[in-house]
Amino acid sequence: MSKITRRRFLAGGVAGGAAIAMAPGKKVFAANLDGFPNGMGVLVDMTRCVGCRTCEAACNKEQNLPEPEKPFDDASVFDEGYHGHEQRRTTEGAYTVVNRYDVPGSEPVYRKIQCNHCNEPACLTSCFVNAYKKTPEGAVIYDDKVCVGCRNCMIACPFNIPAYSYSSAFNPIIKKCIFCYDTRLKQGHIPACVESCPQQVMVFGKRKDLLKIAHDRIRKHPGKYVDHVYGEHEVGGTSWLYLSSVPFEQAGFNVTLQKEPIINNVKDFLAIVPMVLAIWPALFTGFHLLATKGKKHGDDHSHDQQEGHES
Amino acid sequence: MVKAGQTFITGLTALALSLVFCFTSYAMPDVITMDQLADLYDGVVFDHETHTMMTEGCAVCHHHTLGGPVFNDYCAKCHDGSEEVATVACSDCHSKERITAGSMRLAELESPFHDDLPDLKGAYHLSCLGCHQEMGAPVGCTDCHSKTEAGNKYYNSGQFAPTGSQH
Ligand code: HEC
Ligand code: HEC
Ligand code: HEC
Ligand code: HEC
Ligand code: HEC
Repeated sequence: MSKITRRRFLAGGVAGGAAIAMAPGKKVFAANLDGFPNGMGVLVDMTRCVGCRTCEAACNKEQNLPEPEKPFDDASVFDEGYHGHEQRRTTEGAYTVVNRYDVPGSEPVYRKIQCNHCNEPACLTSCFVNAYKKTPEGAVIYDDKVCVGCRNCMIACPFNIPAYSYSSAFNPIIKKCIFCYDTRLKQGHIPACVESCPQQVMVFGKRKDLLKIAHDRIRKHPGKYVDHVYGEHEVGGTSWLYLSSVPFEQAGFNVTLQKEPIINNVKDFLAIVPMVLAIWPALFTGFHLLATKGKKHGDDHSHDQQEGHES
Repeated sequence: MVKAGQTFITGLTALALSLVFCFTSYAMPDVITMDQLADLYDGVVFDHETHTMMTEGCAVCHHHTLGGPVFNDYCAKCHDGSEEVATVACSDCHSKERITAGSMRLAELESPFHDDLPDLKGAYHLSCLGCHQEMGAPVGCTDCHSKTEAGNKYYNSGQFAPTGSQH
């Protein structure tokens, strides 16, 4: 069993590497900036969010995630942040979380985080086994049968979203929000979190319609919003868009992100990739070491867990 | 059997008549049980009379549909002095289905100035909870409606609260 997995790992690595080396113009540069004009998205109006966490409960049920540590109506999670700054993040057991930000001189704001489903996903670009895919509907999904748990995407993601599944010892993989792709989006249905929200914080629809609604709201209610739609341009645009009444950095958003997709930075780098072929043997060994190391770690972990259960 | 049916129909007619009467005269209900959406939560017993007494006017909740001054600055731009209209119940205009950008666009075609119509669940909370926040009235999720068993299951609360045995 473990042998097959390792084989597949190597095969995937080599195939992925070769694909990049031989046809850089094809997969990697297939920019879909305007590629999926009818892609769907969600507009999140943070001025409406009251931090009830119903969306977290909805996600948990929809994705069959494990039982949470605390009930979903427990507001004490908002005080869990460490060092005052760090907040809860998405995990293998929670693809979306709501955090509270205390804003000087005004009411606290709540911000729901989940995968923003970038137009040009850095996770996709960084994945050397091609596990990720941006669907025409707008979702960034991944194939967990292909994922080898290398965690490149965790480093690449500008929003810190993909989480590593430590509990699945045999096949440690990445876990994240998939826009309810399998169960809803594919059939044109509203994502579970959007449907559940009592305050109608979120609107689901075509990204281009959402941008119109967002800018209309800013225009119609002067003084209510900051004049910016987060995700319209950040890292080349994201399917999920945000409106806020406070400057975005006060709600924990990274406002230093470039307007261009992250992939533009690596284009130069990718131009050198054909050289990979020259250093092929070395790379091969590297992959092998990586794979073996990862495997050992996984086995150990499963052992620990079993012991824990028995005692 | 026939008789029962007749009585039923007469009853219905009477009910319809009284409804029409109630409507035209805007007989204001004192207490309203709002339970069209109830699922995770029970319905809400809404004290219409008390709420009416503490607000500046019906339009705080009913827009201009009952006539009188409009308090929402944005709506007032066009609706200050608008005539009253025949529909008053929120659910007649705000859909029980969750709205999407697509359905908003369709609605906009019918009524070009209204391209941001919330659905019923949204309209209720934006209106009720919004004012409760402003006025310091109860805003807890179980202050207006109690959780049903389905609700507790959904939120992993009450009898379904995590036991911690997994850790
Ligand atoms: C000011 C009163 C009020 C407060 C506070 C309030 N709600 Fe509601 N809620 C309502 C009303 C009114 C309805 C409509 C009831 C109906 O038609 O069945 C409703 C319906 C709902 C529904 C849809 C019906 C259902 O049972 O699934 C959900 C979900 C809901 N509320 C969640 C919440 C959550 C979560 C909170 C806490 C943030 C909350 N509500 C706070 C008034 C309130
Ligand atoms: C705090 C909010 C609020 C205020 C203020 C208020 N109402 Fe209402 N009213 C409601 C709600 C909620 C309903 C229930 C609507 C529904 O069932 O969809 C309602 C229902 C009604 C109905 C019955 C509608 C129907 O067809 O079922 C009438 C008539 C009515 N209100 C008249 C008035 C009048 C007249 C005033 C001002 C004197 C007023 N209301 C003030 C919230 C309010
Ligand atoms: C730019 C002007 C404008 C604004 C702003 C506006 N409306 Fe209207 N509204 C109209 C016009 C014109 C009509 C009648 C024709 C139609 O239905 O489009 C109307 C019709 C309506 C109706 C149908 C009943 C009637 O009187 O015919 C309702 C209800 C309504 N508006 C509510 C609102 C609410 C609530 C707001 C604020 C959130 C609002 N409107 C803001 C222009 C406006
Ligand atoms: C005759 C149709 C009609 C009725 C009845 C109606 N609404 Fe509305 N409502 C509208 C329209 C139209 C808008 C404006 C949408 C827009 O701006 O695009 C609106 C907007 C709203 C909004 C968002 C804007 C705002 O005012 O904050 C809320 C909240 C709302 N309605 C709540 C209610 C509630 C609560 C009731 C019942 C007490 C109700 N509505 C009854 C037609 C109606
Ligand atoms: C104009 C502002 C305003 C609006 C709009 C409003 N409320 Fe209230 N509501 C209040 C205030 C203020 C109180 C507190 C009254 C008191 O303490 O006696 C209250 C009390 C209540 C209570 C009793 C809560 C408790 O625990 O004692 C309920 C239930 C309630 N509101 C439901 C609703 C619903 C449902 C709606 C929407 C249809 C609504 N309210 C809209 C201001 C508002």
